[in-house]
Amino acid sequence: MTRSIEPVAAVGTAPERVDGRAKVAGKAPYAYEHPVERPAYAHPIQATIPAGRIRRIDTGRALAVSGVHTVLTPDNAPPLRRGQDGELEILQDADVAFRGQIIGCVVADTPEAARHAADLVAVDYERRDHDVTLTSDRSDLYRPGVVNPSYETDTEDGDVDAALAGAAARVDAEYRTARNHNNPLEPHTTVAVWDADGLTLHDSTQGVHSLRSVVAGMFDLDESRIRVLAPYVGGGFGSKGTAHAHVVLAALAAKRMSGRPVKLALTRQQTFTLAGYRTPTVQRVALGADTDGRIDALAVDVVEQTSRIKEFAEQTGVPSRTMYAARHRRTTHRMAALDVPVPSWMRAPGVCPGMFGPEVAMDELAERCGLDPIELRLRNEPDRDPETGKPYSTRNLAECLRVGARRSGWDGRPAEPRQTRRGEWWVGTGVASSTYPVHHSPGSAARIERGVDGRYHVSVGAVDIGTGAWTVLGQIAADALGVDRGDVVVTVGDTALPFASVAGGSSGTANWGSAIVAAAHGFRARFGDDDPPAGSEHTESAPENPDTERFAMHAFGAQFAEVHVSADTGEIRVPRLLGVFAAGRIVNPRLARSQFLGGMTMGLSMALHEDGVMDERLGMVVNHDLAEYHVATNADVPSVEAEWIDEHDPHVNAMGTKGIGEIGIVGTAAAVANAAYHATGVRVRDLPVTADRFLTA
Amino acid sequence: MEADITITVDGEQHRLVTDTRTTLLDALRDRLGVFSPKKGCDHGQCGTCTVLLDGRRATTCLALAVAHDGAHVTTSAGLAADARGRALHQAFLDHDGFQCGYCTPGQICSAAGVLDEAGAGWASAVTEDVRDEPELDEAEIRERMSGNLCRCGAYAGIVDAVHGVATRGDGSRVDGEVANR
Repeated sequence: MTRSIEPVAAVGTAPERVDGRAKVAGKAPYAYEHPVERPAYAHPIQATIPAGRIRRIDTGRALAVSGVHTVLTPDNAPPLRRGQDGELEILQDADVAFRGQIIGCVVADTPEAARHAADLVAVDYERRDHDVTLTSDRSDLYRPGVVNPSYETDTEDGDVDAALAGAAARVDAEYRTARNHNNPLEPHTTVAVWDADGLTLHDSTQGVHSLRSVVAGMFDLDESRIRVLAPYVGGGFGSKGTAHAHVVLAALAAKRMSGRPVKLALTRQQTFTLAGYRTPTVQRVALGADTDGRIDALAVDVVEQTSRIKEFAEQTGVPSRTMYAARHRRTTHRMAALDVPVPSWMRAPGVCPGMFGPEVAMDELAERCGLDPIELRLRNEPDRDPETGKPYSTRNLAECLRVGARRSGWDGRPAEPRQTRRGEWWVGTGVASSTYPVHHSPGSAARIERGVDGRYHVSVGAVDIGTGAWTVLGQIAADALGVDRGDVVVTVGDTALPFASVAGGSSGTANWGSAIVAAAHGFRARFGDDDPPAGSEHTESAPENPDTERFAMHAFGAQFAEVHVSADTGEIRVPRLLGVFAAGRIVNPRLARSQFLGGMTMGLSMALHEDGVMDERLGMVVNHDLAEYHVATNADVPSVEAEWIDEHDPHVNAMGTKGIGEIGIVGTAAAVANAAYHATGVRVRDLPVTADRFLTA
Repeated sequence: MEADITITVDGEQHRLVTDTRTTLLDALRDRLGVFSPKKGCDHGQCGTCTVLLDGRRATTCLALAVAHDGAHVTTSAGLAADARGRALHQAFLDHDGFQCGYCTPGQICSAAGVLDEAGAGWASAVTEDVRDEPELDEAEIRERMSGNLCRCGAYAGIVDAVHGVATRGDGSRVDGEVANR
């Protein structure tokens, strides 16, 4: 087993998932399923008022339940470090900042006893008036310091209002996206053990190292005293990207249980309140163009919500900063801080909702200019990034639009809406652009060791939330080492492994893969190309990439939807979705296709179904389960296809990858809404696109 | 309140004393350490806990363990005991009919149930003529598999996987016991 002379080129091949066989049998252990001795079970107690204070908590009846060990409340909980994170500082005072906030926890021998006892805890509250209503004309909207994660809040170039006033063709309208909930199929779970060795967390997290760092801060513990493991995670979509309060609660309970493992699995209903969600957004979008459809002015003014105890400012205006050329450009973000749960990351934060309003507005502008929507987009392709003035490392939006037009049979499409009727159904097609930035997070490292089995053992503290990291990191390592893929063994999901950035921002493969390539080259430099002895070991971090300063780096795509709307009932169906993407090098086509299709399917779900309905009287999302918060089922997705163009980008990283986990959800909802307009002539500017919109047509 | 029950899981018989409030899903996971069926919603809304219960697909979170004394449970792990189960596993791998894998054992148990039900002549909401033997085309599979949510959005691969097994013939086993139940 020596280094091949010919390139092996595992990258670009399509092996099945290396963790697949365990997953299909159900033998891959997720957080709840790690064997621990004699676990106790924790069930959270949640506030039943939306705002106010706890006067008194009576735990007497709960403690009398057989098998109950303890009831944690603000009266007896161990202290946490304060002043860092209002979401995580639970049980430290009597305040209630939103309905469903954690105010306690029962720990018992069985889950049944814990849950029953939690219901018996009596809480006396002092209520105050609550306010959970987001509108764009609130008087208390404020300007956040930055938007997620660190973008400028507002940008302005030129004189947007004057340019809009003088434009030959104009669109100026308000668009809305609904409150969306991540809903990974594995509810958020922590198994915590706090013994003499320190704190061990089996957690459903997207980042073992980032979670450890947060927990260490909350408990004033040295990071070396905490180990976080997450070999298999049942989806995350952002909601497992940052630590949420239940992780702290599980650790508090484990501390109290001194050595006995504690299992805490949120219920599905609890995840709607405690695991983050995508804020509803209100987007005022204005476009001004000349008679040829060249955009001169572009404005996106966003209003959205956050909680009172922690700010999360979704970067909804940001994608418009780079999409289309316009001399006069403005983006702004304003927030309302409400008595609501803490919003957080959901797949393509900012970019996903922020490409709904503008991409529907582009469809409206095309109509005003008498142009095909694809032609309008092609005419507004920028030479350089409009925001930074930097050249793009690669930008192949135009190619995606052209390829998609060919594949979808776009030519011959009627220019006017409401032209095609097949029996009961109005039929239309629509297009929208997709984009997602190339994110770089520094610091990821990888270790490579020649094992006594002769294989190369690659260790990195990455997490595979379903993306395929277990598989694609082995492909990258094989090529970097110059060996067969079968000679590489990858291990991920443990803070005992070298530091890795969070599985988020579509950056996992780029960050971890760069570390692996660096470590592999370092390994070969130290030990040579031929048969290094067992035990040879090298660890190295991903290098800095100076090109990130020189180029604007983004993936692009184009999505095409065919929509049928029933003339009788308004029922809307999407018989076909096609996405064409330009996202750099594709490491594993089998797994990449799944990522694109998965994003588009979630985008379809956002377009047609997803709407967390806030009951303003109660201050809660009332449809907080999977029966009433509808996510796309198999029958909702008749045909979804993804393709990609062969894009070689020498600047992004050693592999040439741009990230594919999120771009699939970007633009889908706009493509569907645009197709629904083409079918019916009814313009829907707020999501989801539901049947009632079409009944008056 | 507690009760003595016996459950056979993937061919192995277990006797246990269960809290009468305990669901079959929690009995499998918390008491027997059988983690192939997953908990996604605990309300019969997502399908991740699907097993074959006495030969038919069922959501174990909606079943109380005490009500299933003497039951035979087959999980996705247990399906691998026969050729059709192994074909389903391989088809999900070939078509990448999953990403995170959490809904997958439930999807596969459900797929086994779909093959049996169609083989026994059961119609679905999209069957054109309920008097005909249903043919498991893609629309039938999508309809019949819609009780199993996949948030990763692997539906295209799931349909291809089930369709592949259904049309190759090794999925067409008609289980007389199921047909008569």
